[in-house]
Amino acid sequence: MKLTVASSPHIRGNFRTNRIMMDVCLALVPALIVGIWKFGFRVIPVTSICIGAAIVTEWLYCLLTKSRNTTLDGSAIVTGLLLAMTLPHTVPYWLCALGSGFAILFVKCLCGGLGQNIFNPALAARAFMLLIYPVGVTRYLTVDGVSAATPLHHMVMPALPEESLMDMFLGNCPGSIGEISALALLIGFAYLLYRDVISARIPLAYLGTVAVVTLVFSRTDAPVQWMLYSLLSGGVMLGAIFMATDYATSPATPRGQILYGIGCGVLTVIFRYYGLFPEGVTYAILIMNAFVWFIDYMTPIRRFGTQKGGAAK
Amino acid sequence: MQQHIGAPCTPLVKVGDRVLRGQKIGDGEGLCVPVHASVSGTVTAIEPRPHTSGRMVNAIVIDNDFQDKSIAMTPNDAPLEQLDHDAILHAIREAGIVGMGGAAFPGNVKALSAMGHVDTLIANGCECEPYITADDSLLRTDPEHVLEGMDILRQVLKPERTVVAVEDNKAEAIEKIRGILKEHPGIELVILPTRYPQGAEKQLIQSVTGRQVPPGKLPVAVGCAVFNVSTYAAIYRAVRLGLPLIQRIVTVSGEAIAEPQNFIVRIGTPFHDLVEAAGGLHDKTERVISGGPMMGVAQSDLAVPVLKATNSILCLLKDVNGAAENPVCLRCGKCVSVCPMRLHPTYMYRFTKAGRVDQLQRLNVLDCMECGSCAFTCPGKLPLVETFRKGKQMVREASAK
Repeated sequence: MKLTVASSPHIRGNFRTNRIMMDVCLALVPALIVGIWKFGFRVIPVTSICIGAAIVTEWLYCLLTKSRNTTLDGSAIVTGLLLAMTLPHTVPYWLCALGSGFAILFVKCLCGGLGQNIFNPALAARAFMLLIYPVGVTRYLTVDGVSAATPLHHMVMPALPEESLMDMFLGNCPGSIGEISALALLIGFAYLLYRDVISARIPLAYLGTVAVVTLVFSRTDAPVQWMLYSLLSGGVMLGAIFMATDYATSPATPRGQILYGIGCGVLTVIFRYYGLFPEGVTYAILIMNAFVWFIDYMTPIRRFGTQKGGAAK
Repeated sequence: MQQHIGAPCTPLVKVGDRVLRGQKIGDGEGLCVPVHASVSGTVTAIEPRPHTSGRMVNAIVIDNDFQDKSIAMTPNDAPLEQLDHDAILHAIREAGIVGMGGAAFPGNVKALSAMGHVDTLIANGCECEPYITADDSLLRTDPEHVLEGMDILRQVLKPERTVVAVEDNKAEAIEKIRGILKEHPGIELVILPTRYPQGAEKQLIQSVTGRQVPPGKLPVAVGCAVFNVSTYAAIYRAVRLGLPLIQRIVTVSGEAIAEPQNFIVRIGTPFHDLVEAAGGLHDKTERVISGGPMMGVAQSDLAVPVLKATNSILCLLKDVNGAAENPVCLRCGKCVSVCPMRLHPTYMYRFTKAGRVDQLQRLNVLDCMECGSCAFTCPGKLPLVETFRKGKQMVREASAK
């Protein structure tokens, strides 16, 4: 009998990369369902093209560079799906394919592949699409094809949106495919926490910061309402739960994660108040992405044996 | 001749000699405790033989005559107060006692260095690695030996607090200890949650006392001394019954073993004899490990003997190992949240790969005790422990220069 001699540990947990990616996809299903229900059939081809282009790009990259085929680790699916969530259902199909391909090729693969990229691929692609064809990613229509202003468009005025808070919570407002229903996103959040895929630190720090800053620096006479609308409008919920928690582009130390969430929150509000576009989540997270290694470096975990109470008697 | 941390023993017998069970056959100077014959018979060879560490180590081969003739034992029934600590430490050394939880540090040296510096004496009955139940089985069958051994060491160390720590999944052992606790005033039973690595010395001290042993320091630095429950039982047998350490309990387990069970084993028994006694190996056995699944050492040759610190022989099938097909770090940070030494495996891995010794020093890579928690949790199946061993080696080499 041939015995294998290898390093300990000799057993492994069943926490696998594919399982994590599958869990993220499942967590996005409620938001996707709300998107289809709210914006109709076109959501399906948009999402499919984003995911398809991501997979094909990764497959081609692996083929051309003769590297191991990593297409099936599930991360390309997540990138494609996340990108679709940030787009309005009116987005041209060619733009979807281009953006998704950009995310995988330039932002992920050429940076060294899974876990090596500095910037969130889906958000970097959205930023890219916003620059090359702004109209394509900011044209919001209702199901009936009527051009609609999103709640955030009102808030730049600044004024409170027409929709009730309950409508905003459930997703009864115009917006991007996956961002409108806070309820659906929170269900996904609960699922990710339950499956131990992410910790609550980044989303809570992010949303908490947005809440505090908008409450203190309210732009209307009803600060509490302004704060609630700020939390429920735009992509901040989607960003805080699904984008800012991306493993490769967020800090790994507990204190670093809180700092990072706060940074995202402050930048989001600044961009919303003073920026060119109504929404600032994309750029807020992308900028914070650049600081991740620095944040990890600045927030070391307290080494075992150096805590108070550890001293000899 | 090498069953403890420290200098190997020098043989005291030569080929052709007849030896009796319990006879001292090897001893040495310095950090060294003697080795005794575990059977009676004739010495047939003194030569390097395979050792569980993977190296060849000098061994005394005894042809067992199966008469099991013992040397004369001298029991000692003197009341506890009359035992003087020099006599106790001498008896511990002469019996060849080492830490039986795995580290195999000479018992008398540890006790001597703890004298006068310790307020808490702990018996480690946590046995936190999966599969292993050797300590549990000792606590279920001979709890009085453990507590008697603790009484003896209390006589030496005079601690304020004496604790026997057991994980909460060992209900029967806990019952048994509770039942005899009254006869041992001053010993306290502490039940800890079942959690890996609860039985690691530094983690156990934190669980029991709330104190953290500083990096690079020994438990004495926080006034604690920890011995495995099996070590206490061996101390009892040595001091009270005059028995040297020639046998121990070994768990033979794993999916590849037909009848997993615990055995009372003479030191020196080859692994293959025990595997056979447990019903033999499955055809698809992939690994045989000396120790537990998290920190044990995989063996290539089943002729290796049970040593004083061998608590388990674990036989695993292919499918439980979950080998890394394509290790990729997702930076998910799970390793950071599970590291009991509060290290940062994500960056330790990267910087070891990049050969950055300065960064590894900053990340305190030497604190890593190779418990395997990070590698167990890692979704990318990175070879973390292996890499950190290299990283630690790099740092040591750099500091040696």
